Amino acid sequence: MSRQSLSKAHKKITELSWEPTFATPAKRFGTDYTFDKAPKKDPLKQILRSYFPMEEEKDNRVFGAMDGAIRGNMFRQVQERWMEWQKLFLSIIPFPEISAARAMPMAIDAVPNPEIHNGLAVQMIDEVRHSTIQMNLKRLYMNHYIDPAGFDITEKAFSNSYCGTIGRQFGEGFITGDAITAANIYLTVVAETAFTNTLFVAMPSEAAANGDYLLPTVFHSVQSDESRHISNGYSILLMALADEDNRKLLERDLRYAWWNNHCVVDAAIGTFIEYGTKDRRKDRDSYAEMWRRWIYDDYYRSYLIPLEKYGLTIPHDLVEEAWDRIYNQHYVHRVAQFFATGWPVNYWRIDPMTDRDFEWFEEKYPGWYNQFGRWWEEYSRLRHPGANKPIAFENVGYEYPHRCWSCMVPCLIRSDMVTDKVDGQWRTYCSETCAWTDKVAFRPEYEGRPTPNMGRLTGKREWETLYHGQDLADIITDLGYVRDDGRTLVPQPHLDLDDPKKLWTLDDVRGITFNSPNVLLNQMSDAEREAHVAAYRANPNVTPAA
Amino acid sequence: MASAETTPQRTFPQLEFTGAEAGLREFPGSRSRAYNYFTPQKLRATMYEDVTFDVQPDPERHLSQGWIYGFADGPGGYPKDWTLLKSSDWHRFLDPNEEWEQTIYRNNSSVVRQIQLNLENARKADAYAGWSSGWVTFVERNLGAWMHAEHGLGMHVFLSEQRSAPTNMINNAIAVNSAHKLRFAQDLALYNLDLSESDIAFDGGVHKRTWQQDPVWQGVRENVERLTAIGDWAESLFAANVVFESLVGVLFRSHLVMQISARNGDYVTPTLVGAGEHDYDRDLRYTRALFRLLTGDETYGAANRDVLQGWLDKWVPSSVRAAHELQPIWSQPQDRVVTFADSWAHAVSGFRGLLSDLDLSEPKGLAQ
Ligand SMILES: [Fe+2]
Ligand SMILES: [Fe+2]
Ligand SMILES: [Zn+2]
Repeated sequence: MSRQSLSKAHKKITELSWEPTFATPAKRFGTDYTFDKAPKKDPLKQILRSYFPMEEEKDNRVFGAMDGAIRGNMFRQVQERWMEWQKLFLSIIPFPEISAARAMPMAIDAVPNPEIHNGLAVQMIDEVRHSTIQMNLKRLYMNHYIDPAGFDITEKAFSNSYCGTIGRQFGEGFITGDAITAANIYLTVVAETAFTNTLFVAMPSEAAANGDYLLPTVFHSVQSDESRHISNGYSILLMALADEDNRKLLERDLRYAWWNNHCVVDAAIGTFIEYGTKDRRKDRDSYAEMWRRWIYDDYYRSYLIPLEKYGLTIPHDLVEEAWDRIYNQHYVHRVAQFFATGWPVNYWRIDPMTDRDFEWFEEKYPGWYNQFGRWWEEYSRLRHPGANKPIAFENVGYEYPHRCWSCMVPCLIRSDMVTDKVDGQWRTYCSETCAWTDKVAFRPEYEGRPTPNMGRLTGKREWETLYHGQDLADIITDLGYVRDDGRTLVPQPHLDLDDPKKLWTLDDVRGITFNSPNVLLNQMSDAEREAHVAAYRANPNVTPAA
Repeated sequence: MASAETTPQRTFPQLEFTGAEAGLREFPGSRSRAYNYFTPQKLRATMYEDVTFDVQPDPERHLSQGWIYGFADGPGGYPKDWTLLKSSDWHRFLDPNEEWEQTIYRNNSSVVRQIQLNLENARKADAYAGWSSGWVTFVERNLGAWMHAEHGLGMHVFLSEQRSAPTNMINNAIAVNSAHKLRFAQDLALYNLDLSESDIAFDGGVHKRTWQQDPVWQGVRENVERLTAIGDWAESLFAANVVFESLVGVLFRSHLVMQISARNGDYVTPTLVGAGEHDYDRDLRYTRALFRLLTGDETYGAANRDVLQGWLDKWVPSSVRAAHELQPIWSQPQDRVVTFADSWAHAVSGFRGLLSDLDLSEPKGLAQ
């Protein structure tokens, strides 16, 4: 369609909306934001007549690539180290995608201007596309990759594992609470505009380096829809900025959304990229380097900072702090170590790191070996069953962490852990900002003004609480992470499939008791707890030299 | 925001033979190549089931920690009390159309391609030149007004409902329904644009006034606006797809426009409106499947039928009134092929058939 006829067509379809006089659409989802003074925004011109064929064309390319990958035996050169992490990633991501579809009516309800409703409606269809195309990719992996275990239980594992819960915030956060907080600031202004770059651009390129060119095909196709979504979100943000009364809420929501996205997305994607790859070329960008480019330069400097002139208060401090955590505090490495510690309750296998990996880590993150090297050596030593328990239950100088009540990633930068009694319960937080999220942001009042529509943190937020005091074999059985012989575990701390004796079974983990750090913390006396927390914060958690 | 960037002198990753292909080794779990956490309807799961089932978690299935974010006044996620209807197992509903990514784009693309081709041919063949002025008026006003109804349903009824149902199966089916409505409304609007750019005297702006002010259309507009105001997702789905569509949508599209266009020398309009009818056939299929499941529920069937019967009492009168207020447009075209009474009889008989499929009885006020 020519530009001129596109403009005309777009103008025509804006005639479809009207001012209702008999009844107005139900307000199912409230917001504390106001849009009375919002200027009309001219959104991207999106017309379904050209949208459907354009997307169908994209799909045809994706499906063509899938056929080609199977015919070309792609899986003969795919790295298992990489593919195993996809069991986690692809269990998580279809839910945030479909949640983005579900979030669209919340934004439509909240923002009165019909000019932008059309773009949000198209986004709803896109997100149904993204969710189902990703489920289909996973199905292909399950059918063609050597080890389908873990892919086969995918959505159940997502629903009952500790890491599914971490990922689920990136999804539940889109569809609950204040409609603008959720569907605009958290979903679009932060998750889509900032973090889809690491999700859908950085990660696929790492996949390709590990022999998997299907992930890039699917995710680049997904990403090509994002610029429209980003534009939808930007229009709403500018409209919100037009009203002074919204400024405080915007400041709150940007702090919460930025920090939560950092905690959750950097934990997951950082681990997939740094610990899922076999590509250890020195000129291969580290996650920190990619983050610096995609998030710090492209998002923070080129997108967020220019919004300051419209009166937006930017969380400069939190951007710098996130960078500090990623680069100086080794956030991603601590998360990867935690995932590997927790391997018996995962639903994928984690490859031990080798000298080649060590060298690369040290080059990219100076000081890495002193903090993590010996632990990974122990991980490798303890990888087979028979003579030892899983590493979490052997004494390797690693103290199992407390979990952050807000972001649900454990409190891994230990000196930053905040402990407080909130709503009658002792809670731990990974950082001051996560403590603020629970204690200040998600409350019915914010800085003296009522925020009746703000959401709430709910649910059984510490996963370990569900299994406190239980036998590890029973826990894994209950989770269902057992292979179809009824005894071999889905998760393994290695990739050796050559000898069944190297595979851990339920018998190898029976008799081990699993405890909840939060339950134990709440059982302590004040003095015990204070001593415990001080020791926790002071413990560098480094495996001593043998 | 991403842009491709190349640095000179880059090295490239080495690919190696890894043997990570299915079947190259046997070990526990090596043959477990089907999603194992839900029971498919048939022996093997369909593609549709695989890509849809359990993507929206449920504390009653596998979601062990529950929903971790809530609303100020209640739980987050997809509370089952967002409708009065109850089910022994909401997850039993499967969309008979098996809509997912590929079907959505294939179907809608083929519709828009077909329509564009038809409009192009019509332009070339000067197909509108032979229209009588009465027919031009009919199309510019009535088909023009109708596109608002389609848009309103797509944007503020179905799109809104797909946030709220307890399973992914239901919400995706409704999302596709919304996409159909929005596309069809745009098809009609762009057709209206084509007509106003053609050589005939066609007023491309009068549709707004007709919809907002013409007394014959106010019943329809009121019905549509009231549908958008319903809070219970299943009630609005039922009141829209079962009641309004049967008594007003099908009445206007199938039993009026599709019947009379050709006799008025118009071969173009039926191809567009026919596509809308085809969409509705698909959308009615999932709607019927869903409400049948609910009225036939072994535990809650009787209670659900009571609720639905109440919704019929509440919504049928609005749609009956909207339909009857439209009656004057039956006499606008020069060539009157059908009478309102005939069209209405057809619509009512379709509605009765649907009610009997759903095991519901005829509400008062239908026999008007
Ligand atoms: Fe998406
Ligand atoms: Fe998106
Ligand atoms: Zn945290």
